Amino acid sequence: MSCGAKLGGLSLNGVNVAKEAIIQGQVVREGVPVENAYVRLLDRTGEFTAEVPTNEEGHFRFFAGDGEWTLRTLAPRAEAVDKKVIAQTGSIAEVAIAV
Amino acid sequence: MSRENTLVSAQWVEDHLGDDNIVLVEVDEDTSAYDKGHITGAIKLDWTTDLQDQVRRDFINKEQFEALLSSKGVGNDDTVVLYGGNNNWFAAYAYWYFKLYGHQDVKLLDGGRKKWELDSRELVSDVPERPATTYSAQDQDTSIRAFRDEVVDAIGVKNLVDVRSPDEYAGRLLAPAHLPQEQAQRAGHIPTAANVPWSKAANDDGTFRSDDELKQIYTEAGVDWSKDTIAYCRIGERSSHTWFVFHELLDEANVKNYDGSWTEYGSLVGVPVSLGDERGEA
Repeated sequence: MSCGAKLGGLSLNGVNVAKEAIIQGQVVREGVPVENAYVRLLDRTGEFTAEVPTNEEGHFRFFAGDGEWTLRTLAPRAEAVDKKVIAQTGSIAEVAIAV
Repeated sequence: MSRENTLVSAQWVEDHLGDDNIVLVEVDEDTSAYDKGHITGAIKLDWTTDLQDQVRRDFINKEQFEALLSSKGVGNDDTVVLYGGNNNWFAAYAYWYFKLYGHQDVKLLDGGRKKWELDSRELVSDVPERPATTYSAQDQDTSIRAFRDEVVDAIGVKNLVDVRSPDEYAGRLLAPAHLPQEQAQRAGHIPTAANVPWSKAANDDGTFRSDDELKQIYTEAGVDWSKDTIAYCRIGERSSHTWFVFHELLDEANVKNYDGSWTEYGSLVGVPVSLGDERGEA
């Protein structure tokens, strides 16, 4: 594993992980990473907070706050998939999403 | 303005690929997105290097904008169709910017890059070559751009619409959650501002909701349609999206985008700040 790389694939170089509540993961379809899926972060009331496209390895990342969040994933030719996740400052919540 | 004059569908864009007088322009927060693939014939504008002064915190001036568009091969009579990622945040910002400098015919691709991708439409890597033009810009139209002093004066007087997420509005987050949260400015919102996240105006696929739905959303959030409106977010790009809704889709006249937004306001000395989910007092 190269310097700065973490489980999840995206570099955390320059990020003070101790001060962030990170949510990250990978979107796959039948075991194959999905590029350009759109993962949105919804807050505890279901309100949109952020959205990112996945990279070529299907990876995504958010810098959230403490508490419960929902990840809603949109991908071509797939129904939207919702997954709940708990984020905590100083830790990384890893989420695997299948579409 | 109206939806018919300012918004085009992905199908319309596909049907008009290659039209001589239409220039597709991609503008993304992730400035490398274009390089990984873009709509056929589209050129790229980089919001950090092309649209920002590289020394002061401000936009490029009129002469610089003229030089930029001339070099990109955009003519005054061209129809400029903007699109980008993040549900068109930065494309809407560029739209507002083109209007600031008086470009006549600008349109937004409804749903932006996301809708295009979710439709599985073609993206290419070929970069088009456009012959240089002699572009002529207007002086900035400050009837659509708000500065900090008028924002402070608008507290309790005009509609202030904070279009960030509820957690940013309340002060629980300092930036959109796809960015690291360590920021220099204070957290919170401008007192009396209504929180209507930009995302309320969009469907999941990034397209805009209908005019009736939009009117209802802002009315229920307490927007007084008899008053002037200033929209803001963190750096002025999400509020461009809401400015587009008010000014271009709903045809409201006196609507400004405060591009200084929270990164400026939250760093000002002596101004009032409200924390929490309530609007706060003037």
